[in-house]
Amino acid sequence: MTGKRVTFSNTWLAGLLIAPQLILVFTFFYWPAGEALYWSFTLEPPFGGENQWVGWQNFKTVFEDPLYWNSVRISVIFALSSTVLAMGIALVLAVFVDRRLPGYQAYRFMYFWPYAVAAPAVGLAFRFIFAPDAGFVSALNQWYPGIWNPARNGVDAVILITLANAWSMVAYNFIFFLAGLQSIPRTLTEAAAMDGSGVLRRIADIQFPLLAPTFFFLVVINLTDSFVNSFGIVDITTAGGPARATDLMVYKIYSDGFKGKDYSLAAAQSLVLMLLVISLTFIQFRFVERRVHYS
Amino acid sequence: MARNRLSIAALALAATIGAAQAQTPRVKFEYWYGLTGQLGEVMAEHCKRFNESQTKFEAVCVGQGGYDRAEQNTIAAFRARQHPTIVQIYDAGTVNFMLSQATYNAVQFAKDFKMKIDWNDYFPGIRSYYATSKGEMWSFPYNSSSAVMYWNRAEWAKIGRTEPPATWEQFERDMRALKAAGHSCAYAFDFDTWQSMEQLSAIHNQPIATMGNGYEGLNAELVINQGIFPRHVANLKKWQDEGLARVQTAQTGKTIVQAFADGTCASMLSSIANHGVVGDTGRPGLDWAVAMIPVYEGFTRHNSLVGGASLWVMANKSKEEYEAAAAFLDFVLTPAEVKWMPNVTGYIPITVPAFNQMRDEGFYAQPKFKGREVSMQSLTFTPPTKNTSGIRLGNFTSIRSEVRSELEAIMNGQKTVEVGLNDAVARSNQILRRFEQTFRGRTLP
Repeated sequence: MTGKRVTFSNTWLAGLLIAPQLILVFTFFYWPAGEALYWSFTLEPPFGGENQWVGWQNFKTVFEDPLYWNSVRISVIFALSSTVLAMGIALVLAVFVDRRLPGYQAYRFMYFWPYAVAAPAVGLAFRFIFAPDAGFVSALNQWYPGIWNPARNGVDAVILITLANAWSMVAYNFIFFLAGLQSIPRTLTEAAAMDGSGVLRRIADIQFPLLAPTFFFLVVINLTDSFVNSFGIVDITTAGGPARATDLMVYKIYSDGFKGKDYSLAAAQSLVLMLLVISLTFIQFRFVERRVHYS
Repeated sequence: MARNRLSIAALALAATIGAAQAQTPRVKFEYWYGLTGQLGEVMAEHCKRFNESQTKFEAVCVGQGGYDRAEQNTIAAFRARQHPTIVQIYDAGTVNFMLSQATYNAVQFAKDFKMKIDWNDYFPGIRSYYATSKGEMWSFPYNSSSAVMYWNRAEWAKIGRTEPPATWEQFERDMRALKAAGHSCAYAFDFDTWQSMEQLSAIHNQPIATMGNGYEGLNAELVINQGIFPRHVANLKKWQDEGLARVQTAQTGKTIVQAFADGTCASMLSSIANHGVVGDTGRPGLDWAVAMIPVYEGFTRHNSLVGGASLWVMANKSKEEYEAAAAFLDFVLTPAEVKWMPNVTGYIPITVPAFNQMRDEGFYAQPKFKGREVSMQSLTFTPPTKNTSGIRLGNFTSIRSEVRSELEAIMNGQKTVEVGLNDAVARSNQILRRFEQTFRGRTLP
């Protein structure tokens, strides 16, 4: 290059400007993560004081516990199914709104609301609606007694938290899908229409392929969110039960650490979860992203 | 005009500030409580009563949004040296605080700050729960309760009985009769271990763990897979399967208290603290009473356990704060205050003199409070034994949730009673060993 490189020589000012962000990241991410790393190799008494180095013992305890693997299995099922559900519904809704079906202006506005509802509120609403004795869905039990009982049946409980989580994620996905659809040049779809392709054909051959980057982004966000952000819903709707059927990894960390005051065991599990989420994201960027075309 | 008003307001403000400064400033101390909702308001009210009762000290009271949170927040605050002087800690948190080296033990504190307290005023069953193995109190018992059986008199009248069942055998016969009379839920229960495991074991004088339920050392092991508890769990399962009893939790739609109050279920075991709740929220015309928890035939009844919370004084505060805290603790222990609490909540009077006064004044004869003396009877039925003094197990919150999960599995038919309880014991013992290892080098006082 012959052109003059544009550089910013005032490093002091630059440092000063990015300092607040760096301090935030350090205080709220690296520092706690470092502390968790230290705790996971020691036994930390709740009130502090002399903690002892125990090497890999905490990780051994975690990995040798069959209930931990149960927790991992449920978390994976939960994350995958709520991602598929949330993205599927959002995509259908976005296509409808994009096609300007009657009333789309109102829907476009309303579909975003659920995202503004806090997770515990979502949990409470779903608990009431789906309560087997008293909720709206209890009518089902009057037709087929015992068909729906998340308080007794583990599968029902997983369905319940999956629905609740998907419901709150649909809104977020919807906005991204709609924005993605609307950024596809109209000329493309119009040209296809003139060539005689139907609605479904245009969706399959033009709109979906062009949505790939949005799709990929949302898969990453949804999976990560389901792994780490589902605490509020589980705590209110099922509290991990019945018989640990909804004891997600993040909920187990909470109950071991905050309820049980076993900080070291919780720290070890947090690290495992962190590594899992990091590797998941890494795999997605490394292998899935290659198949995504951004233009 | 407007300007004039403003200056008058400014003047008034200045006058108030001046007046406030003229008084000697009050010594402040922080007090954190865990209770929420209506009970939380009562806690705040208690502080207000203290602040209005004298002019030297001021309690700054902060609700923490739940017993769990109060404990978590105190731990976090202690680590950051921002902890309160007094904190309300629930029964299950007692072990953590005893081992914490972060507290000022109550006996020493009362001596150092010349409190007027007489330790023998407390009911023995309350004292033993918060005392060390040597009988020394390390915290000040505060809001206290015990478990009782709530029964629907009108439903029992339908089967021709006027007395509550005193034994579980009789209870089973009554439930069968209630079912025959068309009742779909004679007994509501949930997976809370406080009633079905802890209280039931105590009144049958059966241990929950070795080493005197953990009082004698951190190497205790759970023994709930032997004795009365497996028998009771098997019965619960049988009653549930026969349609006599029903699980009622927030997840099924109604908790046991709600199901009892609206008449859906005819009986339950619950804390006496819910006496007021049932009275206030009960279906109009609900004819109910409380009785002592039934005992299995062939067993002698023993005292039940106290539940609730106690007040802990934390270490590393200033002398002034401790003086203020001592004044507060003395205040809440005056008979007038001990008597005030049962008037506004379902909690029991914690000292013998206060209880006697209340009984003599006819408190328990008032329709609203009738039957509350049953919990006192149950709590003081016998002097506490090794099995009925209390439970002192490390990380008891996790043990409760292990047992709870296994009970769910048993009631849902995923596991037999034997397998479920053996699993609960095995997992709880792992928790206890981890706790022992975490606190190695420290011994329970």
